[in-house]
Formats: sequence, C-alpha cells, structure tokens
Amino acid sequence: MNQAIRNTWIIAIAMFALLFGSLTVVQFFEADNLNANDWNSRTLYKDFDKNRGAILVAGNPIAESVPSSDDEFEFQRVYNDPELYGPLTGFYSLVYGATQMESAMNGELSGSSNDFFYDRILQLFSGSQVAGASVELTIDPELQKLAYDSIPDGVKGSIVVMEPKTGNILAMVSKPSFDPNQLAGHNTEEVAANMAELEEVPGLSPFTNPATESLLAPGSVFKLVDTAAALESGKYDEDSKLDNPAELPLPGTNVSLPNFVNGGCSARTTADFSFALEQSCNTPFAQIAMDLGEDAIADQAAKFGFGESYNIPVNVTASQFPTGMSDDLLAQAAIGQYDVRVTPLQVAMMTSAIANDGMLMKPNLVRTVRAPDLRVLDSPKPEELQRSLSAENAQLIQQWMVNAVDRGIANRAAIPGVEVAGKTGTAELLAGSEGNNSWFTGFAPADDPQAVVSVVIEDVDLATGSQLTSPSARQLLEAVLNK
Amino acid sequence: MSELQTAPKSRRNTELLLLLLALVVGVGANMLVGLDQDRAFDQDFFAQCITLSAVALAVHIVLRLRAKYADPVILPIVIALNGIGLAMIHRLDIATGDAAAARQLMWTGLAIAAMIALIWLLRDHRVLRRFTYISLIISAVLLMLPLLPGVGVELNGARIWVNLGFATFQPGEIAKITLAIFFAGYLSTNRDLILLAGKKVGPLQLPRWRDLGPMVVAWLVSIGVLIFQRDLGSSILFFGLFMVMIYVATSRISWILIGLLMIAFGGFVAFKLFPHVTARIDGWINAFDPEVYNRIGGSHQIVQGLFGLASGGLTGTGLGQGRPDIVTFANSDMIIAALGEELGLVGLSAIVLLYVLLVTRGIRAALGTRDSFGKLLATGLSFTLALQCFVVIGGVTRLIPLTGLTTPFLAAGGSSLLANWLIIGLLLLISDAARRPAVPGHSGAGQPPRPVSGVQGRSSTSRTSTDGNRKHNTREVKQP
Repeated sequence: MNQAIRNTWIIAIAMFALLFGSLTVVQFFEADNLNANDWNSRTLYKDFDKNRGAILVAGNPIAESVPSSDDEFEFQRVYNDPELYGPLTGFYSLVYGATQMESAMNGELSGSSNDFFYDRILQLFSGSQVAGASVELTIDPELQKLAYDSIPDGVKGSIVVMEPKTGNILAMVSKPSFDPNQLAGHNTEEVAANMAELEEVPGLSPFTNPATESLLAPGSVFKLVDTAAALESGKYDEDSKLDNPAELPLPGTNVSLPNFVNGGCSARTTADFSFALEQSCNTPFAQIAMDLGEDAIADQAAKFGFGESYNIPVNVTASQFPTGMSDDLLAQAAIGQYDVRVTPLQVAMMTSAIANDGMLMKPNLVRTVRAPDLRVLDSPKPEELQRSLSAENAQLIQQWMVNAVDRGIANRAAIPGVEVAGKTGTAELLAGSEGNNSWFTGFAPADDPQAVVSVVIEDVDLATGSQLTSPSARQLLEAVLNK
Repeated sequence: MSELQTAPKSRRNTELLLLLLALVVGVGANMLVGLDQDRAFDQDFFAQCITLSAVALAVHIVLRLRAKYADPVILPIVIALNGIGLAMIHRLDIATGDAAAARQLMWTGLAIAAMIALIWLLRDHRVLRRFTYISLIISAVLLMLPLLPGVGVELNGARIWVNLGFATFQPGEIAKITLAIFFAGYLSTNRDLILLAGKKVGPLQLPRWRDLGPMVVAWLVSIGVLIFQRDLGSSILFFGLFMVMIYVATSRISWILIGLLMIAFGGFVAFKLFPHVTARIDGWINAFDPEVYNRIGGSHQIVQGLFGLASGGLTGTGLGQGRPDIVTFANSDMIIAALGEELGLVGLSAIVLLYVLLVTRGIRAALGTRDSFGKLLATGLSFTLALQCFVVIGGVTRLIPLTGLTTPFLAAGGSSLLANWLIIGLLLLISDAARRPAVPGHSGAGQPPRPVSGVQGRSSTSRTSTDGNRKHNTREVKQP
C-alpha cells in the first residue's frame, strides 16, 4: 500500500510540475504576446493610471494629467486651449488610443522610454510610480494664436510657421479644429458619441493633423521646384529668356495650357524667371519641365523632401510627385496640377530650404524633454536634412520671390520697410468647379530670414483665397519681426 | 516510519515558530494592501490580523492538548495560504467596493472552530471507520440537497448551492470528505476481496464485475453531479478521489485504466450531449476566437485571467498595483490570476510550493500511519487538495478546460473554506497517529493497528488465504 501512496505522491507532484510549466509559459514566455493583445485593456488601464507628463508651450501646459477622483482611473488628461492645439497634441483616449504628439512622444510622456530605465529599476524597490516626462514644444503661443485666428471659422485651412535656419516650427494650426477633451473622457459611451459627432463636421478628421498629413494640390507654389530644377540643371540661369505664349498646346492632345487670362502674364511673350514668378505664368514652367524631363523635376522635388515621410516627431505624410507621365501630364504637373500632392509642411520645408541658402533643415516640434525632476532628457539640436540646391541658386530664387511681393501678384504680403519674399499658388480642384486651394508661402526678411510662413486655404473661390492667404502671412511675418 | 517511532518529538515549538512566520506573511500581505491604498492599519486590517492570529494560536493550543504529535508544518502552511487569500480578497474589495473579506474572515473563524471541534471530539481518525455507510448516506443526501426545489439554488448555471437563509452553502464541498470516508472505510474493509478475485489478462489483473460496483457508483455519482448540477469540477474531483483511493487500496494499474476509460467515455458523452460541457471545451480550445470570446459564458473570463497573469510577469505588479478586478470572479474562481498578476510568477510559484508541501505532508502522514483506513483517507484527502489545485490553476492557465472549483484556502467561499479546514483537521489527526510513539493500549481507540509489515503481508498473500480473509472481512463489515 505504501508504494501506491508514494506513486500517488509522484502523480500529485507531476500535476504540480505541469502547473509550474503552464504558469511559466503564461507569465513568462507568452507574456509579451498576451500583453500586446488587442483585447487586453490592462495595458491601457495601466497607462491611464500613470501620471503622464505634460505637453508644454512656453512653459504652460496645453495637455496635462490631473488627478481624477470620480472614476476608476487615477488621472484625467486635460487639454488647455484645446481647439488651438488640438490637431497638434492629438488626443489620449481610452477608446481611440493616442494620436499625434500624444502618440509620437508616448514613451517619454508615459515614462516608458529607455531614458527612464534607471528610474524604473528604482521603482522596483521603492514601489513609487514613474511619472512621465514633460515635452516642451517649439511652438510660440502668440504666433499660434495669430495664425489660428487668421483662418476664419467655417473655412478649411492650415498654416505652418517655421524657422528656416533651425527647422523649428513656431506655429502649426488647422481649421476646422476640435476639442481633444471630448475624446479624452473615461466614459467610453460618451466619448464614442462625441467622436461620431466630430466625424460629422465637414472637413474634420480628429485623427489627423492636416498641416502634416493632408495631401493637397500645390498649384503655382510648385513653380519654385521647377525654377530650382532649371537652375540646378545648368541649362538655365538668371538671364535665361523663357518663351511665354498665352497658350501652350500640350503634345499628344488637342488641349492647350493657358496662362491666367486676367493676369499680368499677357504683357510679355518672352519672360525671365523673375517676371514668370512675379506673375506666376504657367507656360514658361510647363516648357521648362518638358525640356528638363520628368526625372529632373522629380529629383529636385526629392531634394526638397518629396517622397519621404518624416517624424518631427509627429508623423509627416510623404508628398508626391507622380512618375511615368507623358509630356502633357508633366506640363500640368509642373504647375502643381495633375497628381502632384503636397502637405502644407512640405511647402514650408521647400521654402525654408530656399530661405536658408539651399540647406533644408529637419522640421522639429520638440524643444526639450524633461524628467519630473526637471533633468533635461533630450533637447533636439537643429539637424541638416539635405542640401536642396546651391546657395547661389537659392539666393537667386530668394530675390525673385522678393520681386513677386514687391511688384508681383503676392503684393498683399508686403510689409513696409521689410523685404518680404513670397510665392502664391492657386490649384484648381476639379475641372469646372469654383473651388481652389489657395496658397501663399514666403519668408522675411529676405536677407536674414527669421521665419517661413506657409498658408493654405482649401476649397475657396479665387478672390477669397487671395484675400486670406497673403494678408495672413503678412500679419504673421510682422509678428515674428516685431519680437 | 521507524525513525519516527524511535525519535518521538512533538515538534509543537517548531510549529509555533512556523506559525509566527505564516502570520507575518498573511498580516504583511494585508498591510501592503492597505499601505498601497492609503488606508493602512484601518479597522478591517486589525480585525483580520487579530482574528487570524487568534484562531491560529487557538488551533496550536488545541494541538498541544489533543494531538501533540501532529505534523508541525501543516497548520502554518494553511494559515499562510488563508492569510494570503484574505489579503487578496480584501484588496479586491477595495477595488470593487465589496465586503467579501469580512465574510471570508467570518467563515475562516467558523471553519477553524469546526476543525477544533473535530479534533477535540474525534481524537482518533479511526473512529470514523465506524461511519462508513452512514458517510455514504450523508454524501448522497448532501449531493441531493441542491436539487431539491425550495432548498437548492442555481447560481451561474450550476445547481450546487443550498440556501441557508443567511448565506448559500455548497454541500458538495462537505460531500467530498464524507465520500472519502466512505471510500476509505469500504476499501480498507474489502480490499483483500477486491484484490484477489478476478481474472488475469496478460499483465493486468482485472477486477470481478461485482467488485466494480463501487467504482460504477462513483462514476454514476460523478456523472450525476455533472448532469444534474452541471458542475464539471466537482465531478472530476469525486471521480479522481475514488480512483486514487482504489489504486492505493489495490496497487492495481488495471483500476486506473478502467477508471480512465470510464472518464473518457463519460467525458465524451458529456461533451456531445451537454451544451455547458461543450461550451467549456470550446472556450478552452478556441479561447482566442473572437466569436467564442464575445459569447456569453465564452472564453472572456479565462482570456482576461491570462492577461492578468501575463501583466504580472516574473515579479508581479506588487499588491494593490495591478488591475485584477477586471477579471470576473476575481476573488473566487480566478483568485490565482489575481495573485499571479500582483505577485508575479515568483510569488505564485511560492504559493504553489506551499500546496506541494501541504500535499507532501499529507501523503507523509498516510505513509506514517499504521492503519489502512487512515492511509486511504489521508492519501485521498491530500490528493483531493492536489487535484483541486490542478483543476483550478490548470484551468486558469489554460492547461485544461476551466471549471468552477475553488482554490483551497485562497478563494472566497465559505463552504470550501469549511470543508478544506475539516480536511486539514483530519490530516492533522492522522499525522498525529502516524508520529505518536507506539505505546501499547494508547492507540487502541479503533481496531488494533495493522502490523507495520502490512505491505509485505499483501504482496506475500497467496490465493489460498483468500477464504480466510474473506471471512475476516465479512465479520468486520457486520460489526458497525
């Protein structure tokens, strides 16, 4: 009987051994998979119990975690000036996850990045929670407010203000905006209802930041790329004479590409670059593109940053220049029509490269990342992304852009006593439709650029567009120069 | 065994020392729970600490008086487990606003009082052998009770509760003890008979058909529990209990094989016929299938339990730092997941090791005691504890399908606590008998103890002695 009892013990021990095995599998080998499972609300709960770091602008929090007393979570995310910064901060939601800055800087904000390795070891022993780092943005609150207010309510548009010498972004606004507080609540039903309501707003997607993620037809702003490509090719220089017919028949089709009928282009049938840019004539640039070929334009576009997505640290969608075009399509692409698509930030980037004597700086939104004890964990240095064009050619284009403001169609951006450089653009959205994307991109002062301002107003008629874009840019540039 | 006889030490002081250690674990866990929630040293804390310490010391004193030679490790282990359970239930109360810890504390007191009464009144486990058939009747009544209209209550799909007016009670928990007593009594009496009759087929000695009777009864009880009470866990438990006891009684593998075949058959039929069993199996195999996960009664609970365990990882989140309250039935069925989340693999392994030690000490008592009734009872009860752990923890970790058994001493639940403490009482008594120095006349409460060489006696018994044994046994059966 005793042998059977011993065998019973062995059976019991074998069962316990199986339990140790299965516990080890679940808690060790499979733990990462289980923690990453979509159904696992625990990871989310864990995050929402954390004292998440604040997002700061000029020292003031625009997103912060405050103790939450009335529900099962320890902290509630609160957004200040929510609509002003909404597309920039994004939201931190139980239901919809995190977006934009909340997502891009999540490691730092939640205290889970590698910078906190030492703190987490300490936490093991002290039992105290690791509080997240705060992230100070490069945004200037006054410029941000000014930019936001210069887009009227009910109009869809974005503005980017960027320092060309550092890549630091001083303002980045979009309308229509939204209030992230509506999505940061802990009542999931309420949040879902709010989201449904927000998605009804025309032109608004709460998940995206239009300034970095909307792909828009650039219109004549793209002529800056053509100009740079022409100069860089060596085939053209400042004295080049360009044919400027009122209409350019497109090869292989029976349509022709016109200059703007009521514009100043009709004054000359040959033009130099300065005149062509001042009056934004279409036919010279279409001809240049067909002369240089698709590859040359595409290469120049890539040097300005097309075709790449960036993390600044929020995600920037890659701007597109189409490939494999026939000449007629290339001609249209050269004036920023057909399938050319840019983000507002991309326009600011190429303008910055020109303003910064040809050197494209990496756009950046983060000034400093600080641990809760105020120790600086990170403060990104200005970073050269790539040379877009030679300094000489950049300076040529700078001067032509100044002319465009002084005596061209961008004159509404002029500031008395300051050399402002600028280029407008108007992209037709659909044949026959009244709607246009109206652009202005420029910088000041031209000899020592302090700021690049890129404005786009979407889907407006011509007059409204030009009333909104260039004057807004002027206001912003004035504000920068008055600092 | 022999060295225990030659060195009879009571080891009660060892027990006291270990008991203090166990209380430090239990009280310490409770204190951590309070500290984390900024409500350290509140009324609940002191109520729990004082009650737990008082009953632990009370048992210790009773053992000094009545069962001096009882195993010194068993009580501290169980107090530690009970204390950890109380702390975790208290911690979950704070999260959910329940008051389960107070009820658990009351039941702990009640269960330990009942155990003290058992030790005090029974003194010697062999007395129970007289109640072999009464135990069977009590078992039957206990198992029938939940099915009676007006008395029985159906909760969460299983009809295993009775309404006592102030609380619900699971008579099946007590039935596992009375069934163990019946099996032990029946098998120790009829062991030789079952052992020696029957045909030999190859290496297997097959039992006679009529000796299969009790096994069929056990099988029917298990299937009955499964069908009428819809309680898969208890069904497995009862059948496992009987299989082990008949194996220990006969040392025959053939019984195990027959038992496994019967389980396989019963299990297959149940899987095919009963939707609640089908659902369990489906929730086990296809736990991560979205359809199964979202189904009512599907795999949501087990998957959430797995998430809990996984988030605990190696070292756990620390008591009070995790979110074990997300799991349904976190303080009863799923308390292992809650402990795994907050104490980690390390802490949970320590807890499982406590069970290993506890089962081992129970088996040790079975080896040490001299009477076959005690051996069978101690093995059966110890194995019951091991099997419960296996079914529960295996279910929670998705090793086997999840069934609704309680984790002994940890899970919230009065009936389970009472039953398991009574099991501990019996194991303590048996271990006392095992370690008590063999003084003639002292241990003669029941039948005279079998000779120590009982094992050899069995193996050397020849077929010719069968008749003599049979007579002896039939006489014994008639006695009570």
